[in-house]
Amino acid sequence: MSNENIIECKDLNKYYSGVHALKNLSLKIKKDSVVGLIGDNGAGKSTLIKILSGAHSPDSGHIYFEGNEVKFKSTKEAMNLGIETIYQYSALIPQMSIARNIFIGREQTTFSLGSIGLMKTKSMDKAAMDALNDVELHLRSPDTPVNQLSGGERQGVVIARAMYFKSKVLILDEPTNHLSVKETNKVLRFVEGLKKQGVTSIFITHNLSHVYPIADHLCVMARGEKIADLAKEDTNIDELTDLLVNG
Amino acid sequence: MFVVIMTGFFIANENFLSARNIRIVMGITPEYIIVAIGIAILMISGEFDLSVGSVFALVPMTMVQLVHQGMPPWVAIALGLSIGIAVGFVNGFITLRFGIPSFIATLGMLYIARSLTTVATGGFPPPFPHELPNELFVFQFEVFRASLFWMLGVAFIAGIMLHRSNLGNWIYSTGGDTAAASSMGIKTNNVKMFCFILCGFLAGFAGMIQTFRIEAPLPSQGYLLELESIAAAVIGGVSLFGGVGTIFGAAIGAILIRFLESGIIMARIDAEWFRAGLGSLIIISVVFNTWVVRRGENMVHKNQAEENENNSQNNETVTESKDE
Repeated sequence: MSNENIIECKDLNKYYSGVHALKNLSLKIKKDSVVGLIGDNGAGKSTLIKILSGAHSPDSGHIYFEGNEVKFKSTKEAMNLGIETIYQYSALIPQMSIARNIFIGREQTTFSLGSIGLMKTKSMDKAAMDALNDVELHLRSPDTPVNQLSGGERQGVVIARAMYFKSKVLILDEPTNHLSVKETNKVLRFVEGLKKQGVTSIFITHNLSHVYPIADHLCVMARGEKIADLAKEDTNIDELTDLLVNG
Repeated sequence: MFVVIMTGFFIANENFLSARNIRIVMGITPEYIIVAIGIAILMISGEFDLSVGSVFALVPMTMVQLVHQGMPPWVAIALGLSIGIAVGFVNGFITLRFGIPSFIATLGMLYIARSLTTVATGGFPPPFPHELPNELFVFQFEVFRASLFWMLGVAFIAGIMLHRSNLGNWIYSTGGDTAAASSMGIKTNNVKMFCFILCGFLAGFAGMIQTFRIEAPLPSQGYLLELESIAAAVIGGVSLFGGVGTIFGAAIGAILIRFLESGIIMARIDAEWFRAGLGSLIIISVVFNTWVVRRGENMVHKNQAEENENNSQNNETVTESKDE
């Protein structure tokens, strides 16, 4: 973890048809850290990540990425800068193969006319397997359809995809929801591995016990506001639980 | 399935696989395959088109009437095909802009395009103008017609596009899970629009071939073709929910339907049984496809359960070290 801030938000506000979903939120995220973003349902976690991932734009406030102010018009723009978001349910296409999923929208092509070209399937298959090995996920074939993988393996594929495209920041939206204990541990291991490879992750969850072991920094949200922002050494699980429950 | 049906009819009447019968069936099948390819691609992208049967009639009718108005044949063909493209665009625009099911948007278009075709005849079907270069599309060779080669060309290009190009990857991902595809930066509406337009174009192109073959523009041409081409796609393994299917499968589905029709006649069964046969074929093939997929998934899950057992030891140690 370095002392440099990779993302800094200042006074972000967002309204959804009259509801003040995000209130003057300011947040600093250090490079190569794991930040746990926790809060109950409706606390504004999703709104915040939608803004950081470029899916929505804030009504007021500023976002700085690596020290420069950014205004994303689409998720593609955020992805090009290296901010990749893994949504809870919709990150992979179940019927498609692992290799095709890894390269959706960023296929390696040849004989291109404009943006359309033939896919280099062999090189994509190989790159897919290498990317999976890099996150210690050993699967048999890049042609396996994703719907034949377990929940934890799917998260692994998504994380491998983000790694392959050299993401700097990975936003994980409830990555351990609906997973068994074993599968959850797999995902936590992937996220720990990210830190070593110089990737900052923002881990969103309402389950404190999942994120606490691997987080460097914990940020608690309630009613659209940040109510606590603590380094792990300055806090403990009881204090955080209290914040989470009592706001 | 293909083999079973072909063998069955061959036993019933050995002329079923004679050069003459294959010549008859393959003379008409390319038109249906081309429509089925368009429908299959659109269904893989997650949408429907019920208007293909009407476009199948409207496009050639437009060409014929334009030639009767004194327009050069090739200009008439180009304008006719652009009607197909325009109908596809309108289908896509209504579906995507207003967020209504394509089933409804294209059901409306089914009636509109059919009605326009009838209006364009002005009451009775016009004669076929022989200025139109129909030999180029339907010339009868020894066994096959020229239309077969056009169909192969369409299938080849569509196959490369769908299975080998990145555009194909976008089509599959859009149909598989639109939200996931757009979160990965795919412009899913543009992809769907492309598929609507392609489907309309191919339906019109196939209709043109049929009119050129029978040398009579009939306003009733392609009646119920929309259901038959969806049937062909489904028999060939295209999913109703998008994201699954192949060009080859759709083509086989279309061929199977035509041979079923011919086989029933050749086996001297009352031709009215064709629809019953088609209905059974649809149900049997979808049940069969589903069964194969389920079986594959179950096998994988079994393997996974075993692997998880083996890994559990390692995982527990990791958890402990994290809690410290």
